[in-house]
Amino acid sequence: MTPDGTAAPPSADGAAVRTLELTKHYGASVALSGLTMVVPRGEVFGFLGPNGSGKTTAVKLLLGLSRPTGGEAWVLGRPAGDRQTRSRVGYLPELFRYQGWLSAAEVLGLHCRLAGVARSEWPGQISGALSTVGLTGHADAKVETFSKGMQQRLGLGVALLGNPELVILDEPTSALDPVGRADTRTIIRHLRERGCAVFLNSHLLGEVEQICDRAAVVADGHVLAIGRLDELLGSGGVRLRLTGLTDVGRAALARRGTLAEHDGWFVVDGVDAGAVPELVADVVASGARVYAVEPVRQTLEERFLSLIEAEQARWQR
Amino acid sequence: MAALTIARLTTREAARRKLLLALAILTMIVIGLTGWGFQHLSTITNPDGSQIPASELRLAVSQVLVLVEFMFSAVLALSAVVVASPAISSEIESGVALSMLARPVSRYQVVLGKWLGLGALIVVYVAATTTLELIVVRATTGYVPPGPVGLALYLSAEGIVIMSLALLISTRLSGMTAGVISLVLFFLAWIGGIAGAIGQVFGSIGIKNAGTISQLLLPTDALWRGSVYELEPVLYRDVLGATTERAGNPFFVQSPPSVAYLVWAACWVVLIVSLTVWSLHRREV
Repeated sequence: MTPDGTAAPPSADGAAVRTLELTKHYGASVALSGLTMVVPRGEVFGFLGPNGSGKTTAVKLLLGLSRPTGGEAWVLGRPAGDRQTRSRVGYLPELFRYQGWLSAAEVLGLHCRLAGVARSEWPGQISGALSTVGLTGHADAKVETFSKGMQQRLGLGVALLGNPELVILDEPTSALDPVGRADTRTIIRHLRERGCAVFLNSHLLGEVEQICDRAAVVADGHVLAIGRLDELLGSGGVRLRLTGLTDVGRAALARRGTLAEHDGWFVVDGVDAGAVPELVADVVASGARVYAVEPVRQTLEERFLSLIEAEQARWQR
Repeated sequence: MAALTIARLTTREAARRKLLLALAILTMIVIGLTGWGFQHLSTITNPDGSQIPASELRLAVSQVLVLVEFMFSAVLALSAVVVASPAISSEIESGVALSMLARPVSRYQVVLGKWLGLGALIVVYVAATTTLELIVVRATTGYVPPGPVGLALYLSAEGIVIMSLALLISTRLSGMTAGVISLVLFFLAWIGGIAGAIGQVFGSIGIKNAGTISQLLLPTDALWRGSVYELEPVLYRDVLGATTERAGNPFFVQSPPSVAYLVWAACWVVLIVSLTVWSLHRREV
């Protein structure tokens, strides 16, 4: 509550992004349906979903490039699309192009000007962005001569101008080679270290798994799951290669989780990491000989696919 | 501030894409050729070898100059349409607009910036071509039209009007479609103006009103007629022009657009630019 007793607005916590039942329809087509989420400041947030799931629509709504059909959204504590707030947000669109007849440095200069960066800071901002994305040697080259990967690097540099408090990256590594992807992950980690929130819109799940603190999975315009990555991926399990497993030993394994056998491994799903030593001790005590113990964890891709398949099954019903 | 940035970007694009260079080279060639033509025109004689009276020669020069300026006006209108039609739509289609509109820039600033940049290009083109052409005509024939400044103002206004229309359509339709629509309307307005004048000569209220309505809906033809008025020798306007046979001629004008009409033309531009702002504001990118 505020000092005068009125209810605080939902944006009062100043989260990097907050949406409440955000909805977007294009005619009869539902692009986004009731998106509710919070992205705290300083967090790297993965926004996952298959093609056409509403990810880019959500980003455009957050930036005021598109108007919601329903619901509300706040960015950095202000209503989405607020003009002044946009000076504190960096954005790399998914499908974009910069003026091909400008040089890389000129594109950065143009965006410094549009973003309201003080003129005295332009040289430092431009050279810093070029250096960060590895384009220092191409500062004066025309953008029309750039490969798609170089353009994506430039786009990332543009998004970093003006020390934003929130950076929205829409499929930032789709055109990058493995080195470029590693560089992008490093840049995102640096942004997090200086307290900048990163909203990472991607279907490259490996990328998200490596760098995101939390993630949301969307499909057909609504959120299927949201939370910390370890929450999303579940408690995992353990697999053991062993011989001489008795009924007592089998019962000991089954007591800790769901037991299954695959390719000569005994897999126990749903085991907390802290319980593994006791599980192994019980199995050894039962007379079995243990040759290997490995943690088993559902990858984000597996989790993602299971969520999408469950959603599709729900719709088919 | 952002509007000026976008205006500068627009003019810089025209320079970088060599539009200004191409126009400059072609204009110099055209002015050179017309200079050669005017030079010959000033030396022609009657079939019997006698000198043509100076007043008749001036009349001939003025009429050829109207035709030359008509060509410049058509080039200006076509160029303005070609440049303005994709000015917004192509940036939305290509994704250039995404990163720019995500900046703290209002959409009215984008429209104003584009309009100012394109308007500046039109004014520079008209000022340069008009000045050079009139210098060449004076040097070769000694003829100076009565209203060179008015001529440049009317031509610039005509270019700005058609550019504004193309920019408005560009917020909703592709550059190709916006260009075709703008040009069709431009020529319809031209024909409408001629029809209106013919209607006036023959006392046909319906045709005359159709012409008036077309001039109100798109002021390009009426502004072109203002340019013609500024090119004609005063004697021609006052004496020879008083005959009704000439009233339907698109290359002859007896009186300039009224002040009320010029105010309407200015309001028309403001209205169209406002509509452009509204249209882009409503557009989702």
